[in-house]
Amino acid sequence: MARRESPEINAGSMADIAFLLLIFFLVTTTMDVDTGLTRKLPPPIEEELENPPEIRERNVFQVLVNANDDLLVEGEPMLVSNLRAEAKLFIVGDALDESMPEFKYTDVPLLGKMLVSKQIVSLQNDRGTSYEMYIKVQNELVGAYNEVREEYAQQKFGKTMQQLDDGAQTTELFKQQLKAVKKVYPQRISEAEPKNVGE
Amino acid sequence: MSKFKKKKSGGIPAVNTAALPDIVFMLLFFFMVTTVMREVTLKVKVVTPQATEVNKLERKSLVSYIYIGEPTDQLQSKFGTADRIQLNDAFATKKDIIAFVEGEREQTDPAEVPLMTFSIKADQKAEMGIVTDVKQELRKANALKINYSTKKTDKIID
Repeated sequence: MARRESPEINAGSMADIAFLLLIFFLVTTTMDVDTGLTRKLPPPIEEELENPPEIRERNVFQVLVNANDDLLVEGEPMLVSNLRAEAKLFIVGDALDESMPEFKYTDVPLLGKMLVSKQIVSLQNDRGTSYEMYIKVQNELVGAYNEVREEYAQQKFGKTMQQLDDGAQTTELFKQQLKAVKKVYPQRISEAEPKNVGE
Repeated sequence: MSKFKKKKSGGIPAVNTAALPDIVFMLLFFFMVTTVMREVTLKVKVVTPQATEVNKLERKSLVSYIYIGEPTDQLQSKFGTADRIQLNDAFATKKDIIAFVEGEREQTDPAEVPLMTFSIKADQKAEMGIVTDVKQELRKANALKINYSTKKTDKIID
């Protein structure tokens, strides 16, 4: 038999096949980036401390959430929407106000010795508190710190925290400024062990 | 230069689509590479709560997930509606968390172990009791970098 020349394969429909696959991957791809509130847990305690460091009542911003998702801030019932503003007032503080946290001289990079508030936010929830409520409260507290820092960074260095954060990898000055802001307003959210109700 | 002589025939010449498959393939490969198929089958219902102050989770290979919520509808007849913890592909109890953390650490480059994050994906209706238990176990396992998985929103409603 004489060898016949093989006919050329029609590649016209290749595009269609490729399109089909493309659409499949387009549909299955989820581009969502995982987002969330990043927190740091305190290291485990080996044994109970003999003398826990004494913290004065005026330095503590007490936030309690009960099993019915009610919020009690410094002994007063409050809505979540008001928590941020209240927490900001406390974090910034007022050196002249007796009920506000004490101030202490602290070494801050770039700025030297400065008065820094001894504020601490204490959050305690019940085992029956809903996770949603807990996240809301956490969010407002973190938000309060972020806003206070943001305002300070703008006023002191004329830059947003975002700019400082982005620049910190490459520029030493930005890194120092970021450190300074964090030193002036350290994020101190302490979570008490939740109460065991009905156990 | 007869090579470049224009065709005299009238009408608009057809657009050359020979390169179309190439373009499509390029897009196809892009999506094939970026697609991440879900690794675990969720056995619990998780609707994460919303928050405004969220950070992006970077380096996904260093993130391990802990799911908390009530079992899915199909599994509820068998497991009930109480909140449960899911690690990898199976239900777990809080006692399994330390072993889970150790297992995840072993799979990671030792130099990057301190950067590992444990993301808690809990349902918004879950109770804090079980979440707290998980947190305490993570503390015991010395996995202190955690993340509460939340969706980004602009405003928090009371």
